[in-house]
Amino acid sequence: MAQPTVKDRVAAPVTSRPARRAGRDGPASSTHSLWFTPWLFVAPAIVVVGLLVVYPFINTLVLSLTDSTMLQRGAFIGLANFERLFSDPRFATAMLNSSAYVLCVVPLMVLLPLVLAVLVRGNTRIMGFFRTTFYLPVVMSAVVVGLVWTNLLGKQGLVNELLQWLQVIAEPVPFLTDRWLLQFSAMFVTVWMGLGYYMVIYLAALANIDDTLYDAASVDGAGVVRSFLNVTLPGVSNTMFLIGLLSSIAAFRVFSEVYVLTNGTGGIGGQNLTMTMLVQREGTGLQAQTGYAGAISLVMFVVLGAIIAVQLIVQNRQEKS
Amino acid sequence: MTSTTLGAPASDGARPAGTRRPRRRVPAAAVLQYLVLGAMFVLLAGPLVWQLSLSLKGPGDDLYARPPRLFPSDPTLTNFVDVLDRVPVLHYVGNSLVVAGIVVIGNIVGATLAGYALARLRFRGRKVVLGLLLSAMFVPVETVIISQFLLVRSMQLQNTLLGVALPTLITALNVLLMRNAFAAIPKELEEAATIDGANAWQRFLRVCAPQVKGVITVVAIFSFVGAWNDFLWPLIVLSDDSQFTLTVGLNRLRGTFYDDPRLIAAGTIVALVPIVAFFALLQRYFFRGLESGGLKG
Repeated sequence: MAQPTVKDRVAAPVTSRPARRAGRDGPASSTHSLWFTPWLFVAPAIVVVGLLVVYPFINTLVLSLTDSTMLQRGAFIGLANFERLFSDPRFATAMLNSSAYVLCVVPLMVLLPLVLAVLVRGNTRIMGFFRTTFYLPVVMSAVVVGLVWTNLLGKQGLVNELLQWLQVIAEPVPFLTDRWLLQFSAMFVTVWMGLGYYMVIYLAALANIDDTLYDAASVDGAGVVRSFLNVTLPGVSNTMFLIGLLSSIAAFRVFSEVYVLTNGTGGIGGQNLTMTMLVQREGTGLQAQTGYAGAISLVMFVVLGAIIAVQLIVQNRQEKS
Repeated sequence: MTSTTLGAPASDGARPAGTRRPRRRVPAAAVLQYLVLGAMFVLLAGPLVWQLSLSLKGPGDDLYARPPRLFPSDPTLTNFVDVLDRVPVLHYVGNSLVVAGIVVIGNIVGATLAGYALARLRFRGRKVVLGLLLSAMFVPVETVIISQFLLVRSMQLQNTLLGVALPTLITALNVLLMRNAFAAIPKELEEAATIDGANAWQRFLRVCAPQVKGVITVVAIFSFVGAWNDFLWPLIVLSDDSQFTLTVGLNRLRGTFYDDPRLIAAGTIVALVPIVAFFALLQRYFFRGLESGGLKG
C-alpha cells in the first residue's frame, strides 16, 4: 500500500489532476472533486438542522410578537405578550420553581458525583460493578424513574412505611402533595438519575491527574482529605465548571420528573409548574396561545443564555487569578 | 514534569517513614469507602429491586406490612399478564423501536456525511455551515418546540412516528462529534487514496469511515437512548393511543392503575428490561462515549 503511494508522489506533483486523468481509464472515478460534492455531503444535515432548529427559532421570535393561537396566525401586537408575562402569577411560580431547581440541584450535582468518582476509581471488578450500577439510572427514562419514585414516595409507599415502622414519623409525609416537599422530591429524583452521568465525566477528569502528585502529597504527610483538597480538587476544577454549567442548564429545563410526580397536573393549582411545563401547557392543545407560549420559551432562552454567560465569565476570572 | 521530579526521589528516600502512616490509615479509609459505596448502592439499586419485588407480589401479599417485606410471600406473574392485557405496552415498545431506529439511521448517515465534509473537504461556505451548526447546538429544544410542532403539523406529520423522529433525525451535536473524529485521522491515509484515484465518496466510504467506527457506534448508542427516553416531544406530537411511544404510554399507567402499585411496578419493569439489557450489552461504549467528550446536552 505504502510503496506505490510514495512512488506516485515523487512522480507527479499532487493535485486533483493526475487522479482525474487516471480515473478516465479506471472505473467510476469520473465524479472526482466536482465543486458541489462537499455540499452533497452536508446537505442532509443542513436541511434537517435548518428546517427543525433554525427556522423554528426564527418563527418563535416572530410568534412571540403576535397573538397567534393554535388555530390561526395572529396579528402583530408588539411586546404585549412579554408585558402579560409579568402580571401572570403562573409565570412567576414557574420561574421561581425552575430557579429553585437550579439553586438546589446544581451544588449536589457538582459535589456528590465527584465524591462518588473518587470512591469508585480503580480497575478492580468490584469497582467496575459499582460504576455500572451507579450509571444505570442514567439510561432509564425519566418517566419510568418518576413512576418508580411515585410508588416509593406515595402515602403508603415504601419510604413512608419504613419511616413509620422505624417510628421516625407518626403520620405519612405528603411527599407528593405538599408544595415544597413535592418540589424537593422531584429534585431528589433528578439528582438520583443524574449522579452516574456526572460521575463518569469526573472519572475521565480524575484519570488525567498525574499519579505522582498523590505520591508527593502522601510523602508530605497529607491524608485522604488533604490530598483530596490539594490534589484532586485543583485537578478537576475545569470539569467542575463544565458540570456546573451542564447541570444548571438541565435543571432549569426540568420537565419529566415534575410532570410524572404530579401526574401531569403541575401540582395543586399548578403550584409546582416549571418553565418547560408552562411552555408545554400554553403552547399545545386546541386552545393553545402559541404567541404567548413563544414569549415564555424566549424568556427561557434568555435565562439559559445568561447562565452560560455567567459561568463563562466566572471561569475566565478564575483562570486569570 | 516538575511533579515527577518532585515525587520520584522523595518517595525513594522517605519510603520507610512514609509508608507506615498511609498503611495504618488505609483500612479505616477503606472501610468508610465501602460503607459509602454500599449505601449508594442501596440508594440507587434499591428502588429498582423494590419495584421488581412489588411487581411479583400476589393478592395474598400485604403490601403495607410492617416491617416492609422484600420477598413476596405469594409470588406471581399475573401482574405482568394483567398489564400487558390492559395496556398495549408491547405495541408502545414497537413504536419506540421504530422512532429510535429512524433516529439512529438518520444520525449515522447524516452526521457522518456532514462530519466528513466539514473535517476533510475544503469548500467555500464551510465556516458558515460550522457556525450554523454550532449555534444550533446552543438552542434549547424548549425554545423551539412549539414552532417545531406547528411545522410538523403543517407537514401533516403530527401524530405519526416520523414526526416524532424528525427533530432529532440529524443533530448538530452529532455532526460536530463526527467532524472531530474525522479531523483526527492522519492526512497521509487520505492522500494515498487520492493518488490512487479515489474520489471524495470513495475516500469517505473506504478510507475514512472505517477509521471512525468507534465514534459512529457512540453516536448510534446515544441517539438510540435519547430517542427511546424522550418524553416532552412525543407527548406534544402524539395524540392517538395507537401511535404512543413507550414513555408517553407509560405516563398513562398511573392514571389507569392508580390504586394498584403492583401493576404500575410490573409496567415499569417491562419498560426497563429492554433498555437495561441494551446498556448491559454495550456498556463499554457508554463510558467511552462520555469520556471522549460525547456529552449529551
